[in-house]
Amino acid sequence: MSRRYDSRTTIFSPEGRLFQVEYAMEAIGNAGAAIGILSKDGVVLVGEKKVTSKLLQTSGSTEKMYKIDDHVACAVAGIMSDANILTNTARVQAQRYTFAYQEPMPVEQLVQSLCDTKQGYTQFGGLRPFGVSFLFAGWDKNLGFQLYMSDPSGNYGGWKAAAIGANNQAAQSMLKQDYKDDITREGAVELALKVLSKTMDSTSLSSDKLELAEVFLSPSGTVKYQVSSPESLTKLLVKFGVNQPATEDS
Amino acid sequence: MECVFGLVGEGFAVVAADTSAVHSILVHKSNEDKIMVLDSHKLIAASGEPGDRVQFTEYIQKNVALYQFRNGIPLTTAAAANFTRGELATALRKNPYSVNILLAGYDKETGPALYYIDYIATLHKVDKGAFGYGSYFSLSTMDRHYHSRMSVEEAIDLVDKCIVEIRSRLVVAPPNFVIKIVDKDGAREYAWRETVKDSIASSA
Repeated sequence: MSRRYDSRTTIFSPEGRLFQVEYAMEAIGNAGAAIGILSKDGVVLVGEKKVTSKLLQTSGSTEKMYKIDDHVACAVAGIMSDANILTNTARVQAQRYTFAYQEPMPVEQLVQSLCDTKQGYTQFGGLRPFGVSFLFAGWDKNLGFQLYMSDPSGNYGGWKAAAIGANNQAAQSMLKQDYKDDITREGAVELALKVLSKTMDSTSLSSDKLELAEVFLSPSGTVKYQVSSPESLTKLLVKFGVNQPATEDS
Repeated sequence: MECVFGLVGEGFAVVAADTSAVHSILVHKSNEDKIMVLDSHKLIAASGEPGDRVQFTEYIQKNVALYQFRNGIPLTTAAAANFTRGELATALRKNPYSVNILLAGYDKETGPALYYIDYIATLHKVDKGAFGYGSYFSLSTMDRHYHSRMSVEEAIDLVDKCIVEIRSRLVVAPPNFVIKIVDKDGAREYAWRETVKDSIASSA
């Protein structure tokens, strides 16, 4: 019976649901996971790479992590081509703000602006929603470090720790258990890697299956966005004891 | 013959503007307030075409208010100044506004600031600035007496010196001025300097 109400984005079902939006979220549930954790001195983003082949030419571009502006980065989960469109939109919105105000766009305003765009695709135009969820990590002078999660409906929320993509519910409950408000950036990296290793399907963890990015302040006070190299990622996996196969006990 | 000028002192910025509304040879009124309160801690002193002046400054004021409603935080003085300049620049290439602006503001983190924005969208952050024929006199006077971190008393004294200079040296000098100040406690009217009162005529 719901079949009659799911082919167009712009109508509600009798139960008051937007099926296209829900189907978009289904698509994301099959995509590579991403986890974000807010700490006192930075925000950590970790992503599971689905496309791993020896033949892949990694020319410096990343699969999961995108820099939106000097002070904001994001991790994506879902349809990669949709993600590219939206990250570009976010970049333009950030630059447009800086062009008008000569200041970096506050992180929440950027997230809100992008979410307004996403919402448009659930209400008019007859186009399907974007099949992407985002974890935005950034810093601004008003609220310091922030982490936001947004989904295809255009809803967003500020989080201390969040997970999107495959097994995100399991990851989210693990984060709820182990997150502490005063966690340091290093602790956040460890927690993110541990939680991701437990929720990933693969039998063993290696640096070519992961991406790690951090947003933090340099000693001079400028915001830095750093994607870990495969070598430093491997070292971290060894350090936190996470490179072995995922075990059953928690 | 509109006169607008201002300067930055220790923890405050002060702007003064003449208050005559003139059409050709007729003075409509001598108590026209040309310094708009942009938000709690910002002032816009504007001179130019009366219609453009009101239209543009109100437009900026409402956009600044909208930003605050939407985002829960006020714009910094620098952001407001750059936004204003951008709007003038965009309009310049279609239907320019004939308005010159001195934007004075106070931010908790960066203190007082004064921005010079002319009608062709020039933007300068300045310690002292002036527009109009009166600028020939007020700038020279300020150049002579201004120093950084002046107190309110010293700054008002300098403003008064400029007003005296304008009154004595500018042909068809405006009779009245309004002075407004902005500091950590906000933007507010400081004083009027009147030689002509727009009030009930004295009895014969």
